Amino acid sequence: MVLFQLRAQDIPVDSTGYKSRKLKVEEVNLVSSYYTQNGDHSAVTGGIGTQKLTDIANTIDVKMVKYGQTGIKHTFDIEAGIDHYTSASSDMIDLSANSSASSSDNRFYPSLTYLRENEQKGQTLGIGVSSSTEFDYQSFGGNISFSQKTKDRNGEFSARFQTFIDQLKLVKPDELRPGGEGYGSAGRNTFAGTLSYSQIINQRLQVLLVGDLISQNGYLSLPFHRVYFSDGTVHQEKMPDTRFKIPIGIRASYFMGDNIIIRAYYRYYTDSWDLKAHTADLEIPVKITQAFSLSPFYRYYSQSAAKYFKPYGGHSQSDEFYTSNYDLSKFNSSFVGMGLKLTPPDGIFGLKHWNTLEIRYGHYTRSNDLTSDIVSINIKYR
Amino acid sequence: MKKRNSRSQLTAAIVVVASILAVSCTPVKEYQKGKINDSEMVLSNRKIEKTELSFQSYREGASGANAGKSGGGCGCN
Repeated sequence: MVLFQLRAQDIPVDSTGYKSRKLKVEEVNLVSSYYTQNGDHSAVTGGIGTQKLTDIANTIDVKMVKYGQTGIKHTFDIEAGIDHYTSASSDMIDLSANSSASSSDNRFYPSLTYLRENEQKGQTLGIGVSSSTEFDYQSFGGNISFSQKTKDRNGEFSARFQTFIDQLKLVKPDELRPGGEGYGSAGRNTFAGTLSYSQIINQRLQVLLVGDLISQNGYLSLPFHRVYFSDGTVHQEKMPDTRFKIPIGIRASYFMGDNIIIRAYYRYYTDSWDLKAHTADLEIPVKITQAFSLSPFYRYYSQSAAKYFKPYGGHSQSDEFYTSNYDLSKFNSSFVGMGLKLTPPDGIFGLKHWNTLEIRYGHYTRSNDLTSDIVSINIKYR
Repeated sequence: MKKRNSRSQLTAAIVVVASILAVSCTPVKEYQKGKINDSEMVLSNRKIEKTELSFQSYREGASGANAGKSGGGCGCN
């Protein structure tokens, strides 16, 4: 905090359009969230049992910018996040333990993105790497992107390709690990292509069309998910080793009058496991004063079941693939809440460059008895 | 047959929406973009929504098409 404060005093606010050739911090975001959930359909215990979970997430995101001699803008975005979670269902990997090693874990996820922007041509090239580490999961990601603005600067076409190369530790349910055998490992790969086009319609309205093609292969089950068959036997979840997903979305932002903004989003999703879903999201930020705004929001989601889902005791020996994970069952959900944003002219707590404070709370209810709450806070330096 | 119908309906809907947007555009100059450039008008998720999007992608079967990550990292208890 002190470091950024000192930096803020060093750099005068640029109001002349001068573009610094020195690398300087343009923006820093500190985001913290607390998430808690409860439900009665844990996949670890075969679709019955507690889903109680808490997660504390903290991320820091630093964006640095410099201009090259030819006027090219170079942006470096460095992000690091750490989560600590406790999970009652993970604790049940070992059914006899009251509180096992799997009852809590940490996840660490750094990423680095570089963007090269030719402002004259309206062209941006990007490249990024990321990783995510948990006790039983390791993921490495890479992405490249390209975007081109239209001649009149009112439209922008973007293309992005991402890949994630993941490695899982095969932590089986305790009773399926005879003689305390060690963990094996398996791989999972994800390849995702994204195309999007945004367009300014008029001085108050802009829209974005976006579509992904996502292909996954490898071990797509989770090794500690139990499935109880109709004959009373217990098995590890078993899913196909490929999944192909197609989500298509449209987003629109409309400035109504002088103080109200309407943000809307709709997504249709379909995949090769026969899961189809609709998502509709509406948020209405209202500027109460120049420095204070409130943003109520509502999100509705509905999905059909994946063809491999059956509840506890529903599967039989003749099924090739099976899961009792209720995240893949038929349900609908509502997410409702409110955001609050403060941008005092003298900065937060009198620190001029720490100029934005956001707090957001949301309550989530799922039609199959899962509820959750999340509160997030974002402090921005600029 | 049903699958093919829903796909062609979706394609038709995208074409109709894109056509309506294309014909209703009016050119907006840089100096007229005061409202468009407001931070609340951004056509992507905000930083503060990061954990929300993450839990939604774990608790729901669908993900993607929201300018975020499309995989990587489990966090799936």
